[in-house]
Amino acid sequence: MEMMEVAVSVKHALLALLCGGPSTTYQLKKDFDRTTNQTWPVNIGQVSTTLQRLVRDGLVAGSDEPEDPGTSEWYLTDAGREEVARWWASPVSRERRGRDELVVKLALAVHVPGVDIAAVVQRQRSAMHQMLHDVTRARRTVDPGDLAARLVLDNHIFATEAELRWLDVVEAEVARAGRATATRGPVPAGGQTATDQATVEVAR
Amino acid sequence: MSQAPTPVLELRGVSRVHGRDAQAVDALVDMDLVLAAGEFVAVMGPSGSGKSTLLHLAGGLDAPTSGTVLVEGQDLGALSATGRAVLRRRSVGYVFQDFNLLPGLTAAENVAFPLELDGWSAHKARPVVRTVLSEVGVEDLADRRPEDMSGGQAQRVAIARALVGPRRLLLADEPTGALDSVTGTEIVQVLRSRADHGAAVLLVTHEPRFAAWADRTVFLRDGRVVDTTGPSDAAELLGTAAS
Repeated sequence: MEMMEVAVSVKHALLALLCGGPSTTYQLKKDFDRTTNQTWPVNIGQVSTTLQRLVRDGLVAGSDEPEDPGTSEWYLTDAGREEVARWWASPVSRERRGRDELVVKLALAVHVPGVDIAAVVQRQRSAMHQMLHDVTRARRTVDPGDLAARLVLDNHIFATEAELRWLDVVEAEVARAGRATATRGPVPAGGQTATDQATVEVAR
Repeated sequence: MSQAPTPVLELRGVSRVHGRDAQAVDALVDMDLVLAAGEFVAVMGPSGSGKSTLLHLAGGLDAPTSGTVLVEGQDLGALSATGRAVLRRRSVGYVFQDFNLLPGLTAAENVAFPLELDGWSAHKARPVVRTVLSEVGVEDLADRRPEDMSGGQAQRVAIARALVGPRRLLLADEPTGALDSVTGTEIVQVLRSRADHGAAVLLVTHEPRFAAWADRTVFLRDGRVVDTTGPSDAAELLGTAAS
């Protein structure tokens, strides 16, 4: 999923970075990674391919054939400048973010018989809280002057929290529907206590 | 190796039953918790999971049905009511959602209050109060009254009061509940910083992003610990390595 997000955003990220003046492929890669605090690192090949596409579309042009193509500088054309302006002016659609494995997984968990839904939810919750601790620690140690990195990490924190809240709702809804556990008995170690769902059976 | 220092808070096999017979409710079941100086622990769980009971027991406001609660190494159950009150005053500070500052008193007077109850002279209390107000970033509000403060400022003063003088155990019950997101984060940062300077902080919260500032998060359900999480490098230590 993250790769998909990168594919969508690299094009406009490169155009936006080039607003600051001409730059090389390597410098663009470095600037992108730094701006997003290494959250969605791109490889140099992705940057290079994207630049070629931008040149083809007339949004970016390269400096004249230097001996070493790695030092070639790229700059925005007028059309590229317009494209960036259009990008800043339009809101980002949530639908572009692609299929979310967690959502699909939980939908399947309530659909397929025999899945220990409560255990799936609790394991996911535990892992997400751990991730939240990690991201928060990174957020605490980020250079105070690096506003872009702080905002990117804050976004991760709020997105994770939203998913955790959604998991609470999933758990409550599943319990209300009498579907809190499978027929297989108690939740394995690390999962929930079995007290409130031990006898409920999955409806078929 | 030197002997481990006495924990600021220790719960050993603590249970609390409310009501009796058919009406008996297990509010907390066989809880073990150790909080050392400099440690910050968050407690999460749905309503009725035992979070408030835990805070009340930790602060000596309630007594366990079985098990032991030790504050600074002292068994609360072995103390007289007066002894418990003294220990509470000297060792335990509370922070609540609605700040609970005394209206009409300045910030400095509010913070000095527990010290004066403990027999400190105003003269002796003054520099200590100034120091703790400055530690939470509100030294310039010393002469202001709670009614003239923002929520974030009032909560900083409440944290200063909770940790003034010799107090090292801070029990915080939803301290960010009445604050906006940015101010809430600032308050959790203050709690983190106080822990980094040696306080032991127990934070009850419904907000995962605030719990994530703690060294570990304990999850309660039906009075039992069902999970403990922390940063990934602490997962093994906590016995909860993500699968």
